[in-house]
Amino acid sequence: MAESHRNGRSAAGKGSINDRFHAELARRNTWLRRLTRNLTERTIVSLITLCGIAAILFVFSIFLFIFREGFPFFRQAFSVRGFFLSMEWHPTSEVNPRFGILALLCGTLSVTLVSMALAVPFGLGTAVFISEFSSRRVREALKIVIEFLAAIPSVVWGFVGLMVLNPIIIRLTGCPIGLNVLNAGIIVGLMSVPIIVSIAEDALRAVPDGYREAAAAMGATRWQAAYRVVLPAARSGLLAAVLLGVGRAVGETMATLMATGHSIHLPFNASFPFFHVLDSVRTLTATIAAELGEAPRLHPGPDGLYPPGALHYQSLFVIGMVLFAITSTINLVADFIVKGIRKRR
Amino acid sequence: MRREFTVTAVGLSCVALLLAGCGKGGNGAGGAPAAPRKAVIAACGSDTMVNLAQMWAEEYHKVCPDVSVEVSGGGSGVGIRDLATGIIDLADSSRDISASEREQAKQNTGKEPKEWRVAYDGIAVYVHKDNPLESLTTEQLAAIYGEGGTIERWSQLGVKLPNDDIIRISRQNNSGTYVYFREHVLGKKDFKLGSRDMSGSKDVVELVARTPGGIGYSGMGYKIADVKFVKIAAKAGELAVDPTIANVHDKLYSLARPLFMYTLGEPPAHVKSYLDWILSPAGQRIVEQAGYVPVVALP
Repeated sequence: MAESHRNGRSAAGKGSINDRFHAELARRNTWLRRLTRNLTERTIVSLITLCGIAAILFVFSIFLFIFREGFPFFRQAFSVRGFFLSMEWHPTSEVNPRFGILALLCGTLSVTLVSMALAVPFGLGTAVFISEFSSRRVREALKIVIEFLAAIPSVVWGFVGLMVLNPIIIRLTGCPIGLNVLNAGIIVGLMSVPIIVSIAEDALRAVPDGYREAAAAMGATRWQAAYRVVLPAARSGLLAAVLLGVGRAVGETMATLMATGHSIHLPFNASFPFFHVLDSVRTLTATIAAELGEAPRLHPGPDGLYPPGALHYQSLFVIGMVLFAITSTINLVADFIVKGIRKRR
Repeated sequence: MRREFTVTAVGLSCVALLLAGCGKGGNGAGGAPAAPRKAVIAACGSDTMVNLAQMWAEEYHKVCPDVSVEVSGGGSGVGIRDLATGIIDLADSSRDISASEREQAKQNTGKEPKEWRVAYDGIAVYVHKDNPLESLTTEQLAAIYGEGGTIERWSQLGVKLPNDDIIRISRQNNSGTYVYFREHVLGKKDFKLGSRDMSGSKDVVELVARTPGGIGYSGMGYKIADVKFVKIAAKAGELAVDPTIANVHDKLYSLARPLFMYTLGEPPAHVKSYLDWILSPAGQRIVEQAGYVPVVALP
């Protein structure tokens, strides 16, 4: 290519003035074109880089913001015992403000447990069916319906819990109030199914067809192939799907606010059956949602200390940090697991 | 020469038009001097008052079409906070402004919040309509709701229900109703943990309606079909009465509180005329329609 170009130019050099003019023009044109192409390319590349960096910037600035708002709490009121190990949440008390989040942590934990107990078998089962057993047509239809499930806003789910599940649970179990761990667990479980199905299905599809063919060649039935060959091969991807489902359940706010009963109460205790799914609880996320709107953001006094009224707002941001830590740990673990599969291949 | 004349003529007519515009503006607002032609009053705050504030706004728009009042809820704390930052004209509040909030408003805007008492509200105690409970004293309420209180079961109140547990329904810890209840029923002490904390006045009553063993407190204007009022006596042995307009007015019902509107300093003319209208018989009749108690006796 470069060779021919040079030849062309030397040939032009021998021709008439007119020829030489045209050759020069052509040279400049390509030069100009190359320049503009370079420029557009560079602009697009830098724009895309900006988008990539923006995500990092957003995450960092959100983290910085949460930290800045919550930090004064550590100096003025924080103690591990009083914060993590106490269930007394009285942030606006006039006599004795207390900021214990144990009940809220247990609330989030209990709702997550029940929702995963429902969503993991259900979601993985759906994924196995879609990827291994269904015809193409059924698969497409199911995927659309499951994506539709993901499109329902969480406030609508919460409303279903409040209006539909609440009376059903009261009638079936005879408990005094149907807004409880079970109700929220069912709702949040249903909300986590789509994310589990779509990631688990990707993991199953990523198992090479050769595995299935080899299993079939050895006389395995479809179920044997799926259970003994495909599922173990996709193990890490399935685990990642479950973990992301857990992350979804921990972070869910509006639906848990409406369906849990929003009550500061430990669902775990020493009496049988130890975990009481018919008790009302309160989650970390719902507490932030219900209280942040009215918690005043006050400025520090001249001595650099904040007035007592400011602690409620700050403590809600510390809860935000706790949530941030929980969900980012889950996401990181899921990420490492997925990376693990890639490396092995 | 001719050109100069045209320019002068155009200039003069512009001035004339401007003057005409001003005159029209002044007349439109019913003689109020500095009011802009299309005035908007932004009001925000108490969840208890949001229905009432909305009804006032709609009715006032009929009386005075040049002024539109935009109402939003969120809670008394939100309204006062927004007033203190100067982004709204009127804060609806079901509690007094606190000293620190007053200080904050002065710091931010340089103006002192001014209080307008616009109505009274009875805090009603609701139970399910099938609950045989008739009346409670304030002490019994404190023993049900307050920290360290001993009443946990309906049988302790002499009431037989299929589910003996009392399901306490309360409000989120910054609502004006919550603060009022804590101050006047619990004597500033804290609530017992384990109540179901709803985020709105309406939500409390609706949950009581769906919970046969439930008890909840909320504004008396929120009564619906499946709940009933519990008669309240200030002390044991005193007369227990329903939260009715007459009882609140005659100070027989003990859990009644004033509802306020706050402005920053002396309000501008269009806001002042709105407040005057609210306190007039026309505005106070709406208070009664909304299920609250007027501040002045109506004919």
